[in-house]
Amino acid sequence: MIPKRLAAIKFEVLSPQEIRRMSVAKIVTPETYDDDGFPIEGGLMDTRLGVIDPGLKCKTCGGKAGECPGHFGHIELAAPVIHVGYAKLIARLLNGTCRECGRILMKDERRDKFVEEIRKRIAMNQNYDDIIKEVFRLTKAAKKCPHCGAEQVEIKFDKPTFYYEGEHRLTPKDVRERLEKIPNEDLPAFGIDPKIARPEWFVLTVLPVPPVTVRPSIILETGQRSEDDLTHKLVDIIRINQRFLENREAGAPPQILEDLWELLQYHITTYLDNEVSGIPPARHRSGRPLKTLAQRLKGKEGRFRKSLSGKRVNFSARTVISPDPAISISEVGVPKEIAEELTVPIFVTPRNIEIAREFILRSEHPKANYIVRPDGKRIRVIESNKEELAEKLEPGWIVERQLMDGDIVLFNRQPSLHRMSIMAHYVRVLPYKTFRLNPAVCPPYNADFDGDEMNLHVPQTLEAQAEAKILMAVQEHILSPRFGGPIIGGIHDHISGLYLLTRGNKKFSREETIQLLRALDVSEVPVKDEYTGKEIFSYILPKITLEFKAEVCQGCEFCKGENCEYDAYVVIRNGQLLKGTIDEKAVGAFKGVIIDEIIRKYGKEEAKKFIDRMTQLAIRVITSVGFTIGIDDIEIPKEAEEQIEEVIRNAEKKVDELIKAYKEGNLEPMPGRSLEETLEMNIMRELGKARDQAGKIAGRFLGDENPAVIMAVSGARGSMLNLTQMAACIGQQSVRGERIVRGYTYSNRTLPHFKPGDLGSKARGFVRSSYKKGLSPIEFFFHAAGGREGLVDTAVRTSQSGYLQRRMINALQDLKVEYDGTVREQTSGVLVQYRFGEDGVDPAKSYRGKAVDVKRILKEIIEEVKQYGE
Amino acid sequence: MKIRLQDHILVPKHEILSKEEAEELLKILGISKEQLPKIKASDPIVVEIGAKPGDIIKITRKSLTAGKSVFYRLVV
Repeated sequence: MIPKRLAAIKFEVLSPQEIRRMSVAKIVTPETYDDDGFPIEGGLMDTRLGVIDPGLKCKTCGGKAGECPGHFGHIELAAPVIHVGYAKLIARLLNGTCRECGRILMKDERRDKFVEEIRKRIAMNQNYDDIIKEVFRLTKAAKKCPHCGAEQVEIKFDKPTFYYEGEHRLTPKDVRERLEKIPNEDLPAFGIDPKIARPEWFVLTVLPVPPVTVRPSIILETGQRSEDDLTHKLVDIIRINQRFLENREAGAPPQILEDLWELLQYHITTYLDNEVSGIPPARHRSGRPLKTLAQRLKGKEGRFRKSLSGKRVNFSARTVISPDPAISISEVGVPKEIAEELTVPIFVTPRNIEIAREFILRSEHPKANYIVRPDGKRIRVIESNKEELAEKLEPGWIVERQLMDGDIVLFNRQPSLHRMSIMAHYVRVLPYKTFRLNPAVCPPYNADFDGDEMNLHVPQTLEAQAEAKILMAVQEHILSPRFGGPIIGGIHDHISGLYLLTRGNKKFSREETIQLLRALDVSEVPVKDEYTGKEIFSYILPKITLEFKAEVCQGCEFCKGENCEYDAYVVIRNGQLLKGTIDEKAVGAFKGVIIDEIIRKYGKEEAKKFIDRMTQLAIRVITSVGFTIGIDDIEIPKEAEEQIEEVIRNAEKKVDELIKAYKEGNLEPMPGRSLEETLEMNIMRELGKARDQAGKIAGRFLGDENPAVIMAVSGARGSMLNLTQMAACIGQQSVRGERIVRGYTYSNRTLPHFKPGDLGSKARGFVRSSYKKGLSPIEFFFHAAGGREGLVDTAVRTSQSGYLQRRMINALQDLKVEYDGTVREQTSGVLVQYRFGEDGVDPAKSYRGKAVDVKRILKEIIEEVKQYGE
Repeated sequence: MKIRLQDHILVPKHEILSKEEAEELLKILGISKEQLPKIKASDPIVVEIGAKPGDIIKITRKSLTAGKSVFYRLVV
């Protein structure tokens, strides 16, 4: 086949002659089938329009169903009808041209200037909508025709298809006559090329009837025919059209003819678009609105987005995901059932023919499902023919063998918002029915295991497999191009586990240590009676040197560095963890300083291995140490409760004082604020402070050993604020950043439990209870009000950002960074940036967004000089 | 009193490329003039430096990421 290339696509408006020319049949009767079930000649299912029933032959081309592409017919309309799609343009044209002579309502010189400007814009490939808009604006404003001097009356456009000149309604026939008068020379000023579209063609006199293949009828189980919505609509049109003709022949009164004309207009309008505002949509007998032409094309489910842009693929699978910390981050667990269905082609050569033959002969899991002969014939391999096929196998054939361990596959979770949403994993065939993935790769996919499903695709060519391995493998995406840091790293239990392991100077016996390390590829463990957690962690560390502040860092005014009393300053020398606690900052996704360092010093492969070892060690630690939280972990002693009560009472007292001061007029307004704003801000601050204090008290009594606290400070899950709310005090509820003020607006109170105008803390949504203690009914109401805002926000944000993303993708999809560093549009070659992002830096290869990490280079050089000096 | 736009701190440096420089630039990029980003001849800064349609303007901006970045635009 010779590949063909489209140079351009041009859209034109069909002229009546064109419609008649391409028509193979004039449709005159609304009936479709006769009593025997054969299509009626001159009906909507006329066999000249093509055939859909097997057995019948097309009268135009002689093709059977499936061979004949279908042919257009036409309906001669008894009276002209406005095309809704052009109704607005018609209104503009009527207002822009003379009602008498049909000329454009502007002088010729002026018109030519606009035409010239439009021509220039087209030559430069620029948008000229604004010029046309200007032309329409100017011509509409004209009171008198500059050519014949006729007075102009403004034509009112009544949506969807009616035009009024003063009180007088213009019939489509009048409209068409006026449009006919517009000379070709004036049209370019309105942005219309007369060769492509004459304005009178916007008023239909002939209606094309799409081929039967476009609107196939379906036969229900009962044997009844059910016609397509378009056919239904066309039947309506023909019926009214015939009625109109008959009535006119019989000389019916003009009122009746006018009504029929309007009905014809309605049917043709809804035939073209059944969602036009201003008229009721045409409905099916069942009450369902009909799906007519515009509905077939429009929107997400329409022809463009669903059928043309939407792609469906083979060699893919989808199922629920679940975690498996025992597999590598670059692996994916594939259920055996799926592995037996998906195949990888082996392109048979003299070198691999024996291997291929073995797959054919096998009768269990990694066996061949199909073979494809060079002539393209696919043969299923079954027990009875496998010997024969193995015998016949020759180089050049393709053997489709089942998916097995070590194959490369693409793994994807929607929404695919960034490139890390599709990564290449190596297959591990496992029992049961879910895809298994290492929890450390959850952040890039934004996956969790509450029922999420993911898709898997098997690359089918060697090129695709190589590309997947080299460009899409998980380890290629540890560093995110978004911020230049690792996006894959420890989460939840990994962080808690390593925190438990490395915090302070915990000792582990030899047995315990071996238990922790046995599954990892750690070899050089010295024989000792006791190991510290820091030593154990050091065994999985590559040789790196690093110093940083951990997540647990309290942010002291003066940092004591190595001598930090909270064990929050991490010192790693030569792969030995000397000081500090390993937590989210060290190994977490998004933060992971250690991962960052390893990937820069030893590369992606080593980083992957480290993450594998780190996650496994952490899981082993947390399972052997034991880690759990329950309701009693947020229990605080009576003493603490009293202290918190005291703090809140004081705050409430202060609020009351503020309100009193405000009412007496003693409150001093803050600069640039009104008195009310000042009061609100002061109250908010006071109550916020109270909650923070309550939280501090609760935190002190919960202690550092509390598992909930451990999770919060190490960054594994939750925050101290969450704990405060659980244990001490929920605090102020807010809607739109203000205390809750709405409710009974007329009496200025939130609930009938309060006096009108009560500004006190309780009346405006301060919740003093904790989640553990429980909320009072009033508090619960305020909490629900605040909580709802959050829900609405997320719902609105996701839909908005989704649409924004769609627009961005459409706008940017053809941009590419060329080898010279410029960013260019692919089809036109238009230049967008002279240097990608002004600095030409690939953020994935940058250090946390910066092009050069000067500190690191300095450190390395100093280190080198030191060694050289010795 | 007319203020020179160029003196404002937020207005980057605009210069007209000489014919040779312009040709050199297009040769390096391997594109025609029409494929360059455009700027209107009625743009105040273009009026001020006296560039005519068809000229190429070199804009030297301060950049947070790159320190200094150069941009070229075609006057239309």
